[in-house]
Formats: sequence, structure tokens, C-alpha cells
Amino acid sequence: MALLQISEPGLSAAPHQHRLAVGIDLGTTNSLVATVRNGISVVLNDDEGSALLPSVVRYLADGSLQVGMAAQAVQSEDPQNTIVSVKRFMGRGLKDVGDVVDLPYRFVDTPGMLQLRTAGGVKSPVEVSAEILKVLRDRAERSLGGELVGAVITVPAYFDDAQRQATKDAAKLAGLNVLRLLNEPTAAAIAYGLDNASEGVYAVYDLGGGTFDISILRLSKGVFEVLATNGDSALGGDDFDQRIYCWILEQAGLSQLGVNDVRLLLTHARTAKEQLTDNLQAQITAVLSGGELVDVTLTRDTFYDMTKNLLARTMQPTRKALRDAGLGVDEVQGVVMVGGSTRMPQVQRAVAEYFKQTPLTNLDPDKVVALGAAIQANVLAGNRSADDWLLLDVIPLSLGIETMGGLTEKIIPRNSTIPTARAQEFTTYKDGQTAMSIHVMQGERELVSDCRSLAQFELRGIPPMVAGAARIRVTFQVDADGLLSVSAREMISGHESSIAVKPSYGLSDEEITQMLKDSAQHAKDDMQARALREQQVEARQLLEAVEAALQEDGDLLDADAKAAIRASMEGVRFLLEGEDQTPIKRAVEALNQATLPFAQARMDKSVSGALKGHKMSDLES
Amino acid sequence: MWRKLYSVMSAPAVDLQQDFFTIFSLPRSFLLDNAALDQRYRELQSQVHPDKFSHLSDAEKRLSMQWATRVNEGYQTLRDPLKRGRYLLTLHGVDTQEENNTAMPMDFLMQQMEWREGLQDAIAAKDIDALDVLADTARNETRNLQQQLAEQLDTTHEFVAAAGTVRKLRFLEKLAEEIADAYDELDS
Repeated sequence: MALLQISEPGLSAAPHQHRLAVGIDLGTTNSLVATVRNGISVVLNDDEGSALLPSVVRYLADGSLQVGMAAQAVQSEDPQNTIVSVKRFMGRGLKDVGDVVDLPYRFVDTPGMLQLRTAGGVKSPVEVSAEILKVLRDRAERSLGGELVGAVITVPAYFDDAQRQATKDAAKLAGLNVLRLLNEPTAAAIAYGLDNASEGVYAVYDLGGGTFDISILRLSKGVFEVLATNGDSALGGDDFDQRIYCWILEQAGLSQLGVNDVRLLLTHARTAKEQLTDNLQAQITAVLSGGELVDVTLTRDTFYDMTKNLLARTMQPTRKALRDAGLGVDEVQGVVMVGGSTRMPQVQRAVAEYFKQTPLTNLDPDKVVALGAAIQANVLAGNRSADDWLLLDVIPLSLGIETMGGLTEKIIPRNSTIPTARAQEFTTYKDGQTAMSIHVMQGERELVSDCRSLAQFELRGIPPMVAGAARIRVTFQVDADGLLSVSAREMISGHESSIAVKPSYGLSDEEITQMLKDSAQHAKDDMQARALREQQVEARQLLEAVEAALQEDGDLLDADAKAAIRASMEGVRFLLEGEDQTPIKRAVEALNQATLPFAQARMDKSVSGALKGHKMSDLES
Repeated sequence: MWRKLYSVMSAPAVDLQQDFFTIFSLPRSFLLDNAALDQRYRELQSQVHPDKFSHLSDAEKRLSMQWATRVNEGYQTLRDPLKRGRYLLTLHGVDTQEENNTAMPMDFLMQQMEWREGLQDAIAAKDIDALDVLADTARNETRNLQQQLAEQLDTTHEFVAAAGTVRKLRFLEKLAEEIADAYDELDS
């Protein structure tokens, strides 16, 4: 992998500084952090030398908590307060989570996203995930010896808007600057693609602890273009454990177990599953809290048999993704396996059979996502890499709105390349109508009740007109993280009532601030100092960016314009070392505003540069 | 929205509001060099994509998202023959009236009904082979209509007739979507 840092000649005035950025794989079962160091993507280990942080958080009554191995070790002793596989609850309501009866938690049915009652208080899945991210952030900052500029956090490609928003909120809560939410299979493709300098169509089959993704990508001349993606955000290794667990109950004639025994047997189920990767049978021996002995033997064949339909549930989205990409199986050059669950021999066999080729497994399926995310983070942080590559990803599920009769109308179809926007015009239904209700949905089904409700908002202040006269344009914008924002505007009257909507499940900025304050009280962390530091880091980055832009494209500006920007930069520099966050923030905003026309000119230059040499006359021959 | 602070010296060569053919510097015609479009698309995105701007100022980030969105929209529009035909007609000031003009030739409508019945039968009988035959037929008919549209738009400039062809193509697009749904349904 040729990812050497080459310092840019124009920037030699300030010593070239490597900006610390990481890629984080926030997994259902395990989480990892990686970074690009000396041009090579590496996973960062903890003090004991292990790379994998179990995604387990235990809340104790005294307000303290345990994360990772320590929490995992006591999960059967304290199952209600030890949260495992929290990723399954991100952006999910209680009714979305299928098998809650089998889970040992005390759920709180809160609108939008469920919460969990623990000894340490009621926690949202966002808070639990933030605890995992904090540990990884600390690990990275200690290992790299400085504050992080930002992080790329990976999400399953098939995550919807609610799940993505929740992930981003968790990162913010953990004090991370999110450079990008990156789809897990795409991250894996980066790690593989850059390593092997591959060209052609690749399929990434990603079966993790709790989610399944399939992505079809075309790699060509440094462009990673996702053609189609599909999956199941509630299917993974956990379900294989669950099957074994149910089989144990059946074999041992057990029913109505206590929460501790449930967790105990689930842990044994998982161990048995892992043993069956290399062995033909696994012995499951456990003593339940009532003293009953469970002692059963599970053979590989029985295991294959009981999980056949789980495998079938991965093959259906796979076929669908290929159809959406408009490709046949024989056009797929290689199949990349990602996620610990792809270690199961029956998974590898099924994939090989369908694609008629041996899947690629030369990178560790547990680490490949984090490695790819780190490579992307390095580029996004502005560290130059020798390879100039580009990533074009898609939105996994269609976005639409509710129309008459509880039907959805698709506005942005699935597999549209992001960022993307679509505007739709609406009109009033009654004379003098001054408000309109808009319900935003995500999903492929025709009925509103079968799709996920993302946001419901009212557009008010429409000037009274006869029915059908008003023209309300609603714009859906999906950014490069795959996150949606909606705005609406009345066109005829010139009355610009433009609004931006944050989906209903998302946390407001105030809520995040409050949560940050609460958690800070626990950790005795100095909130204000942190906020000041973050503001200073942001200001320095901006100064550096503008300085680089001036070096590169200063000739686009006349002397006055340059002086105006320089003056604004001085303003930021002057306030930078102060003790107060607010004036720095204002100066940063002012500088951002002052550079807007310059940014415009630079963009024009880039675009014309891209088209240079493509004269219309050349094309007509 | 923004107060203009100063003027910049170079006039923009391409701006966001220009039509897609200009943005991709391709001739304004229905027949199109797909390889050139793909290449232009990648070149443009490598300049404007948000990933290239994430370490820069908010102003540059915002512009980058607008540009990348516009380039994606242009690519989707030009790459798809039906969208491209519709878009060319819009540029010529002709409305394709797909929502309100339902006056289709009788033989075309009869043909559509026949295919739709065939589709229902194939679904009911879970007959993948019949679905394949139908998909093939729809593809061929689509190709014929696209050839007709190319003629009308690029050679004879019969824009009103071209709008009629676009409406027919929309029928076939819907049929193709239903066939795709049927494949999904038979698969599950």
C-alpha cells in the first residue's frame, strides 16, 4: 500500500504536520480503532496487547462503569446491567427489536429509540455506544500522543437514517469529531482494493455480530464506485448463537430460565459456535443457578441444519443487490469476506457456491473494516497520500413521503449515489390553507405502515390562497454520510419559510450538550476546558486550510480581497490563545464567511480544470 | 443570502446553474458517448466530492456538497436514456405531459395490457422462464423506442412526436419496474 506522506512544497512555511485521525469500527460484538502510521494502516492495541474491544458496557450502582473485557467477564453474573450487542438497539424502538423476551434487559419504551434501565440509571443506546467510543478515543490519543483531529466511524451499509444519526450522536457524545460515517463493506473494499491494486467488480459479503451487508462495487482507476447495496440490519452471528441456545433448551428440556442462566447459556452457545469452525463437534457443559446440569453435544451437521435458513436470509439480499447493479454472478471478479461470522465454514461454502469462486480472506475479517476506515480518515483529515482515489457510495434505502391513503411516494430511490438531492413540489388542498403536514419515510414498501417513519413536520406560514395555487417545494438532501435533511419553501408568494428538519429520533444539540454535562460530572472531566481545546483545534485547522488555499490559489484574488481575508485570519489568531471559547467561535465564523467567494472561485477553477482539454469540438468527430 | 464582500478576478468557466451537457462538456444530443460521460463524471467528482474538502473551511464544504450533488444529478439524468430524452425536451421547451396526457395509440395500449396480463400470469404460476421472456420483450421494445427517440430528437427535430415517444418509454419503464418487483417476489 503506497500511502506515504508527501509534504506539499507550498506548505513549507509551516512545518508539515501529520494530523491525527483514526478509523473506528463500532461493531456489534467487538470494536476496534486503527490509524495510518508511517503510511501503513495499523490497528491500535490496548495495554494488554489486544486489538478487539468487546462492545460490552456494565453500569454499576455507584455510578462507575466497566467497558470491554472486564464487563464481558461478568455478563452472566450481572446480565441486566451489562449491555452487550447494543448496536442492535441503535435508532430502534422497542417494537423494532424482535426477540426482546429472550434478552435480559429492563427496556424502557421511549418514543423513537428504546432505553435501558441499569443500576447506573436509564441509558439510551447512544450513551452506551459513546462509552465504547470513549475507550477507543482514549486508547488512540494515548497511543498516538495527541488530540485527534477526527474519526471515521463505520456503519453497516444497510443502516437507515435513524441508525446512522444515532451513531453520529454517540460519536459526538464521546467527544469525537466525525469526519465521515463510512459504510462497513466500503471500508473493507478500500483496505482490499488499495492493497491489491484491483480492478473490476467486487462483492463484499459482510456478516457481523448483528448485521448483514452485501455491497457490489466497481473498482477502476482509483475510483471505488458502489453500484448497489442490500442487507439485513438485524441478522448476524448473534442469531446463530440464538439458534444454538434454543436447541440447548430443547435438548435439556428447559424453559423459563432466569436472566443469569439465559446469559450463561448464550455465552456457551457462542463458544460452541466458535469451536465448530475447527471441530466437528462441540461439548456444551454448564451448571445453572438452580444446580441443574446441562451437558449436550452439538455436531457440525446439526449446527448447519439449524442455521440453514439464516444463510438463506443472506443470499436473498445478495441476489437482489446483483440485480440492482444490473450484473450477473459471472461478472463478479472477486468476493471479499468481512466480519467474524464469515469464519463459519457453512458461510464460506454458501458464498463460494453462489459466486462460483473461492472468497478472499487474506485480510483478517475482524480488522479489515477498521483498517479501511483509517485509510479514509487519513485522507479526510487532509494528510496527503500518494494514491489519489475517490469513493462514491450510495444510499441503501429509498426515501419518500406519505401521500393520500397511507401510501408512500419515493423521492430518492435506493442505491442513488450520495450526496444527492431531489426537490418535489406540493400544493394546498383547501382554500386559505396556511399549513401543510409532511411525513418523511424510509423503506421499499408501498404502505407507510411498512416503512420507517423518519420525521413528521408541519410547514406553517403559507400565505392564504385558493386551493392548488400555492407551490411548496420540499427539498430532500442526503449528504456524504448518508444523512437526510429536509427543507421546504413556498415559491409563488416569495414568502421564504424555509426550515431544516432533524429527524424525530435524533437527539437535539441541547440534549447532546446535556448528556455531555451529565457524563462529565461522572468523569470529573473539565467540560469547558475540553470545549475550548476543541474550538482552538478547529480554529487552527481553519487557519491552516485558508493559508494553504491562499498559497495555492492566491492569484484568484485581488490585493484588497487578499487583505480582507488576511485581516480576518489575524482576528482568529489574536483570539486563539484566549481563555474563552465564544469569541474564538465568532472569529472562526467570520473567517468562514469572509472566504466564501474565494471558495467559490477555487471550486470554479477545479471544475474547469477537470474539463480542460475536453472541448465540445473534440467530441463530435 | 450572503453579503458579497469583494469580487474575484476570474469569471467562472462553468457554474452550478448551467445545463448538464455543458457541465459534462458533452454535445447536446440524445445519442451520447457513454464512455466519455463516465470519464467526465469521475473527473468532475474527483474535483468536487466532499471527501476532498472535509479538512477545509465550512464554505468550501458547503460548495462541495452542492457541486457533488449537481454532478450526481447530471450523471443520473444523462446516463438514463428516458431521463436524458425528457431532459433534452425540457431544454427545448417541450413539456412531456407524462402526468396528464393519456391519449396513447390504441395498439400500444392493447400491447401494454397483454404484457401486464402476461406478467400477472407469470407471478401466479411462479414461472421464472415466462418472466425472462417478458423481460426480454420489454427490453427489445424499449430499445426500439429509444432508436425512434434518437431519430426524432437528433435528426428530424420532431419534438412533439418525441414527447409521445417519451410517454411510451415511461410505460415501459413502469413495466420493467414491475418485472423487477416480480423477480424479488418470486425470490422470497
